[in-house]
Amino acid sequence: MGIKPRANVNYNPWLYASGLTIIMKLSAEEVKKIANLVRIKLTSQEIEKFQHQLTDILNYVRQLDEVKTDNIEPTSQVTDSTNIARKDTVDYNFSREEMMASALASEEGHLKVKNVF
Amino acid sequence: MSTIYELHKKLVNKEISSVELTKEYLKTIQQKEPELNAFITVCEKEALAQAEEADKLIAVEDYTAVTGMPYAAKDLFCTKGIKTTAGSKILESYVPPYNATVINKLSDAVLLGKANMDEFAMGASGEKSFFGPTKNPYDLTRVSGGTSSGPAAAVAAEEALFSLGTDTGGSIRVPASFCGVVGLKVTYGRVSRYGAIAMASSLDTVGAMTKNVKDMAIVLQCIAGHDDFDSTTPKVAVDDYAKEMEKDVKKLRVGVPKEYFTLDGMDKDVKKIVEQAIKRIEGLGVRVEEVSLPYTKYAIPVYYIIVPSEVSSNLARYDGIKYGYRAKDADELLDVYLNSRQQGMGDEAKRRIMIGAYSLSSGYYDAYYKKASQVRTLIRQDFQKVFQQVDCLLAPTSPTTAFKLGEKNNDPLSMYLADICTAPASIAGLPALSVPCGLANNLPVGLQIIGNYFKESDILKLGSAYEQQ
Repeated sequence: MGIKPRANVNYNPWLYASGLTIIMKLSAEEVKKIANLVRIKLTSQEIEKFQHQLTDILNYVRQLDEVKTDNIEPTSQVTDSTNIARKDTVDYNFSREEMMASALASEEGHLKVKNVF
Repeated sequence: MSTIYELHKKLVNKEISSVELTKEYLKTIQQKEPELNAFITVCEKEALAQAEEADKLIAVEDYTAVTGMPYAAKDLFCTKGIKTTAGSKILESYVPPYNATVINKLSDAVLLGKANMDEFAMGASGEKSFFGPTKNPYDLTRVSGGTSSGPAAAVAAEEALFSLGTDTGGSIRVPASFCGVVGLKVTYGRVSRYGAIAMASSLDTVGAMTKNVKDMAIVLQCIAGHDDFDSTTPKVAVDDYAKEMEKDVKKLRVGVPKEYFTLDGMDKDVKKIVEQAIKRIEGLGVRVEEVSLPYTKYAIPVYYIIVPSEVSSNLARYDGIKYGYRAKDADELLDVYLNSRQQGMGDEAKRRIMIGAYSLSSGYYDAYYKKASQVRTLIRQDFQKVFQQVDCLLAPTSPTTAFKLGEKNNDPLSMYLADICTAPASIAGLPALSVPCGLANNLPVGLQIIGNYFKESDILKLGSAYEQQ
């Protein structure tokens, strides 16, 4: 059973006109939860905007459901490489000054951050 | 039209110096940048110093084919001492302490500047850059295509002789097609990505844009090959591309995958021009046959699960702690993360990070990430089957010509579909070349030539034969 898009929200008309059924709709709480997991603060307007956009995207990609994938191995890499190891030796030579040049805040050559505890 | 091939002869014959050449390009940049916005940073001083060094090498006849050649690099290649932003506010002030491998490989050439791009290489139009959109040199009211927007526009507008870009789902081929230049996406792993800011690690590739295919062979020869610093570059021998290109093109067997011509949004004028180009290739005496890649239409949905999943992991490092942008209004450590990422990243980055985290999360993993990875296998098998039958495939690079600025910028999904012809080869990790093949309503159209793994020589050979007929 598909959820019909609400008339007053800005869903992608062509997406659903093409016959795609809405199989899920993200709630504001779900968007908030995901945003917090990925450490991005959102305003309430952004939550609403992303709620619709992410719902559209997730519904669009679910057209994969029509593909039979029983017993199909997933692909995670394409050049058939197997484990590649190298000797655990230092083969570069950065100075502390070079590495710290882009640091946002530092003290006595150390990165400075807010209290962790 | 200046090419590397022609200018190299002039440089070694001392008809022109690299310093003179570099000054010419810097002058063009100065004239055209106010309207094009192809560069984020122009490094005039460093470029002239590099040109002087190149002239010294040429004087003692210690040169390569690219010595002294002025080029642009997409602003995601780390350049020691030169700001590298990836088109994002969160890296606005980042100055890397090292060079990407490809930048080192081109140390004889002259880096004119760092070219504009969609933020973190996400987008298809060039409009998602924190530093503003790159305009299309053919029509300033239109997009240049993305994400390698600046590299494409710079070569098209003669602001650079060639450029380095990256292609994850079409980011070299689409802008090359929109701007009427040659663009090469290499086989996954053919060129080192060490020092290239990562977006989606199982798909990202480093490639180039040039004026013609002959130049592309020259650039690829310089940048291809194994790198100890990038374990995804297999030790597959690098062909002698210039030599391979001289071989008989009639020996190649070519397929036309029928599915590409009936994809959603395929413009009829683009289709007609690509079909005419295919006819001309047949006219070269090459055997062309229709083939089928039935899973083609699933490439975009697969792409927009796998890429966001990898993005959510790769972009986790931008936390406002070590380098880049840090929010000023943060009281506690958690606020540093939350606010820096809120203020430092654009909407497309945020969307992909969230979609990725969602599709990888427990309970959704099987329906999204695992499903997409399985369909990825089917797309790859499609290609493996047809490559038993043919050597190269011909298709449009993009379903349309360059669209208007703003036309798709507020609709994420319609922007995603701009990669509909380029995503399949990316998902399979195959090399693909975009070659200009005509104009539709005065805008460039690209012919895409897809090859088998590590067979860049085949697609360059066919592209070069097409270009010269």
